[in-house]
Amino acid sequence: MNFFVRTRKKFSKLLRIFLRKKSARIGIYGPPNAGKTTLANRIVRDWTGDAVGPVSEIPHETRRARRKENIIITGLNGNSVTIDIVDTPGVTTKIDYHEFIEYGLEKEEAITRAREATEGVAEAMHWLREDIDGVIYMLDSTLDPFMQVNIMMVGIIESRSLPVIIVANKIDLPDAAPSRIRSAFPQHPVIPISGLEGDNVDQLYEKMTEYFG
Amino acid sequence: MIQGVQIDLISKERLENLTSMEKIHLILDYVMEGNIVVLEKGLDPEEQSRLIEITMLEITPDGFTGIEMETYHSNQGSAGGMGGILKRLFAKTGPDRRLTVIGPANQMKMIKKEKDFMSAWVSSR
Repeated sequence: MNFFVRTRKKFSKLLRIFLRKKSARIGIYGPPNAGKTTLANRIVRDWTGDAVGPVSEIPHETRRARRKENIIITGLNGNSVTIDIVDTPGVTTKIDYHEFIEYGLEKEEAITRAREATEGVAEAMHWLREDIDGVIYMLDSTLDPFMQVNIMMVGIIESRSLPVIIVANKIDLPDAAPSRIRSAFPQHPVIPISGLEGDNVDQLYEKMTEYFG
Repeated sequence: MIQGVQIDLISKERLENLTSMEKIHLILDYVMEGNIVVLEKGLDPEEQSRLIEITMLEITPDGFTGIEMETYHSNQGSAGGMGGILKRLFAKTGPDRRLTVIGPANQMKMIKKEKDFMSAWVSSR
């Protein structure tokens, strides 16, 4: 960890102790395998040194919404925001346990995973209606952003007048095309990042202090 | 007996006379029977959110696997720039609700979707 990050973490800790500001609950939403938990882990690790949950290439690794409280993020401009990060299961309209068997899971394990995933998606939708103050909507920038579930979710978020930042993730991959995401959602800020490599996350932190503060 | 798929087309007038939960249960009842439902006027965002939630609770192993749902893009939702901002600020009815197709996920696959054209492939059970 470089000097700059260490200094920012110490500064955040001091702010947390002295300010005790009310946290904004920020949900990380998006389709399965967009990199939501990877980003949640990065945010929590960068600002508290902790982690949120495991990641996997098998869809629906996150099957319960997980919350990490009182994270103070400071942008390069010196502005800060106190948030609770809520990492949510990938939103979809269909779940078939056979898909998990293709990844090598046993039938019983796949059925359990599917059942937990359906409960998790239902819970995530409930959180969005009741308990979320702002949204980071994650998209895999190697995929078509015009999928119906994305259009629907952004519409739901807009209808609740929640501030939303769209993250075009996986820009480290050769097929990444964040410009497609910008053209799909020109009404919202789109920040291209690599959650895995950490590319451009400072720009995201900057935007979070601006939008969720 | 001839094999086929039933298509239920529901008019705007019929939908307007139903509560949100009635609409969602009507759609899911038809779709879980293996029918394709075409709504003349789509669901509002709150109803879409509840439809996803209730769909998830209806999924069972080797039974219902969820829904495939497609609609035309809303012009309003994707409007950018100052015109788009003003449009959204003064819109009283929310984004356009346009013709919507909903079917069982294991029977209906979208094969082409453009701004003004959708093509779906449907199999019988």
